[in-house]
Amino acid sequence: MAYQPHHNWTPQAQKEILKQARTGGVLLSGMSNNKPYPIYWDKMLLNASQVTNPSIDPLREPMEIRTYLGRKPAKLEFHADGSLKTKLEPQVQLETPILFSAMSFGSISLNAQKSLAMAAKKLGTLFNTGEGGLHPALAEYKDCAVVQVASGRFGVHKEYLENSRFIEIKIGQGAKPGIGGHLPGEKVTVEVSHARMIPEGSDAISPAPHHDIYSIEDLRQLIWSLKEVTQYKKPVAVKIAAVHNCSAIVSGVARAGADIIVMDGFRGGTGAAPTRIRDNVGIPIELALAAVDQRLREECIRNSVSLVVSGSFRNSADIVKAIALGADAVSIATAPLIAMGCHMCQQCHTGKCNWGIATQRPELVSRLDPEKMHLRVVNLVQAWNHEIKEMLGGMGLNSIDSLRGNRLMLRGVGLRERELEILGIAHAGQ
Amino acid sequence: MTLIAGKRTFRELNADIRTALETQNTVCVESVNGQRYIGSGLDAGKSIVLHGTPGNDMGAYLNGGKIEVFGNGQEAIGNTMNGGEIVVHGHVGDTLGYAMRDGAVFVEKRAGSRAGIHMKEFRQMQPVVVIGGVVGAFLGEYMAGGTLVVLGLGNPQNLPLVGAHCATGMHGGRIFLRGAFSQENISENIAVRELTVDDRAELERHVKTYCAYFGADEAEILDVPFHKLEPLTARPYANLYTPN
Ligand code: SF4
Repeated sequence: MAYQPHHNWTPQAQKEILKQARTGGVLLSGMSNNKPYPIYWDKMLLNASQVTNPSIDPLREPMEIRTYLGRKPAKLEFHADGSLKTKLEPQVQLETPILFSAMSFGSISLNAQKSLAMAAKKLGTLFNTGEGGLHPALAEYKDCAVVQVASGRFGVHKEYLENSRFIEIKIGQGAKPGIGGHLPGEKVTVEVSHARMIPEGSDAISPAPHHDIYSIEDLRQLIWSLKEVTQYKKPVAVKIAAVHNCSAIVSGVARAGADIIVMDGFRGGTGAAPTRIRDNVGIPIELALAAVDQRLREECIRNSVSLVVSGSFRNSADIVKAIALGADAVSIATAPLIAMGCHMCQQCHTGKCNWGIATQRPELVSRLDPEKMHLRVVNLVQAWNHEIKEMLGGMGLNSIDSLRGNRLMLRGVGLRERELEILGIAHAGQ
Repeated sequence: MTLIAGKRTFRELNADIRTALETQNTVCVESVNGQRYIGSGLDAGKSIVLHGTPGNDMGAYLNGGKIEVFGNGQEAIGNTMNGGEIVVHGHVGDTLGYAMRDGAVFVEKRAGSRAGIHMKEFRQMQPVVVIGGVVGAFLGEYMAGGTLVVLGLGNPQNLPLVGAHCATGMHGGRIFLRGAFSQENISENIAVRELTVDDRAELERHVKTYCAYFGADEAEILDVPFHKLEPLTARPYANLYTPN
C-alpha cells in the first residue's frame, strides 16, 4: 500500500521516526533552525526623513560607521588642557558594525577560515576562531582574530590568548542552547589535532557547562583570570544563547566584568546540532535584544558593556534594525558562507560539504580558494556597508552611533500589542 | 626577593610579582591572604614561592613556570595549565587542574571535588596530578588524557578514597588509585585494571617526586596495591547520533 499524504504526519516526520527506529540515535542536523517561526525583522520598518530633517547623501557627505567595542566609562573627566583624564578600558576599533561569528577549524575547513580571516583584515573587522584553537597558518591574522575559550579549553594557552584582538568565553550558542559541542574523532585530522592540541582521531568533547562555572561569581573568576593573564590588554567577551530570561543573565554577565556580550538568537547556525534542539530551543534574537538593551538601560549599566548580536542576519536592513533596537554590532556567519558558495543543503554535520566549507576532506577543501573567496566576502560586506550608510542618510543620521538604541526609527507592522511592547516600538501609523 | 601580600588586592600584588620577575627568576611572597590569579601564565624559568593561603585560580594558564605553596590552596589551581609545576604543602579546594594539558601538580594532602576534569594530552605533553590524601566527587570527569594519582594518605576519618561519579565521561588518560576504593563510586564504561610494567614505572616516578617534596616514605606508599582506571572506549559517544 502506498503512503497516503497526511497533514500532520508529513513525510519528514515519518522519515525521522524511521531513522531513529533503525539507529536509536539522536537526530543531528547542520545549519540553523528551519521551522517557520516569526521573523520579526520582516515586521519592522525603518524611518526616513522628509522635508524637515533632510536626509543626507552618503556619496557626498561623510558617514560614520566605525564601531568601538569594549567597556565605556559611566562619565568622562578631562584635564584643564582638555586632554582625557579618565582611563579607558581597552577598546576594539572596527571599520564596520559587522563581525564574523565563531566558526572553528574543525567545523569548517582551514581554507574557509582563512578566507574569513583575509576578508576581516581587508575590511577592518574580526573573524572568530571558535573553540578550535588558532591554526599556525592564520597566525599572521592574529590582529583580526577573536579567540574563544569554551568548556573543553581546546588549544587555549597563553600565546593563543595573547594572539587575539579580544577573547570570547563561550557559554552558549543559539543553534543549541544548553548543550555542548562535540567534534567526532573522524573530523580530528592531523591539522585539526594541532590547532586543538588533542590526539588525532580523538573525540573533542565540550560539555554544555564549563564544569568550573556554576554561578555568575564563577564566571567572574574566569573573566578576570583571562584579564590577568593578558595583563588587562584584551577585552573579554561572553557569548550566550538568547533564552527565556536572557535579560537577567546578561545583567549578571555585565556585572561579572564582561566587556562585550555576544548574544546568539535561535536562528544561529552550527556545523552540527541535535535537530530537536536546533528547531525548538531558544528565542528570536529581535525580542531578546530589545529586552536586554532595555534591562541594561534600566539598571544604568548599558555603557559598561558592548552588545553584539547574531543569529541569521540576511541583509543590511536586518542589521540596521538590530542597531536601532540597541545592538552595538552584529556578527554574521551564514551570509559569508553563502558568499563562498554554500547552498544551504544543511548537511554540514556529514563533513562532506561540496563547497569545501564544512569539511576536512582534502579533495573538497581544495575546491575553496581563499584568494578568490575572501574577495567575495569583502564584496558582500562592502555592499552592506554602503547600504547601511544609505539607510542612515535616509533617516537624516550621519553616524551609526546616532542610530544605536534609537527605536524611534522603527515601526512595527502586523504585530500585537505585547510584541510591540517588548520590542519597545510603536506601530506603523503612530 | 620577598614581597608581603597582606591585605593588598590581587591586581596590585600580581603586578608587583610580574615586575619583580622581569629582573629575577624567583619571587617569594609572605602572608598571602586569598589573593587570586597568582602566577597566572607564569613562563618557564620563573618561580614563585608562597607562604599563606593563595586564592582561586593560582597558576591558571601556567606556562612552564613553578609555584610552591607552604600552606593550603583554594579552588581552580592550575586551571588550563599548559606546562610547569605546582607544589602545595597542604590541602587544595575544588577543580584542581581543570583542562590542564601539560606539567605536574603535587598536592601533599586532600583535594576537593572535580579534580582533573577535562585533563588532556597532546603528543609529548603529558600532564600529571598527584594527590596525597583522598579526593572528592567527579575526579577526572571528561578526562581525555594525562595521569591522575590518588594516594589516600593520612585519612583518620576514613573517608572514601575517591568521591562519587569518578571518571564520568572519561575518554582518555589513566587514573592510579592506591588501596581500596568503592566500586560504586566509579562510573560505568570505566575499566579497573592491574598496572602494567610501564604503568608501574610511571607511577614510581611520580611517587618518588611526591616523597622528595613532602618527605613521605616511598616504600610504604608503594607497598599497598594500586589499580588503574581507564576508559573502556576512547569514543564513549560514538553511537549517540544519527545524521538527519
Ligand atoms: S553547502 Fe556546505 S556549508 Fe552549506 S549547508 Fe551544505 S554542507 Fe553546510
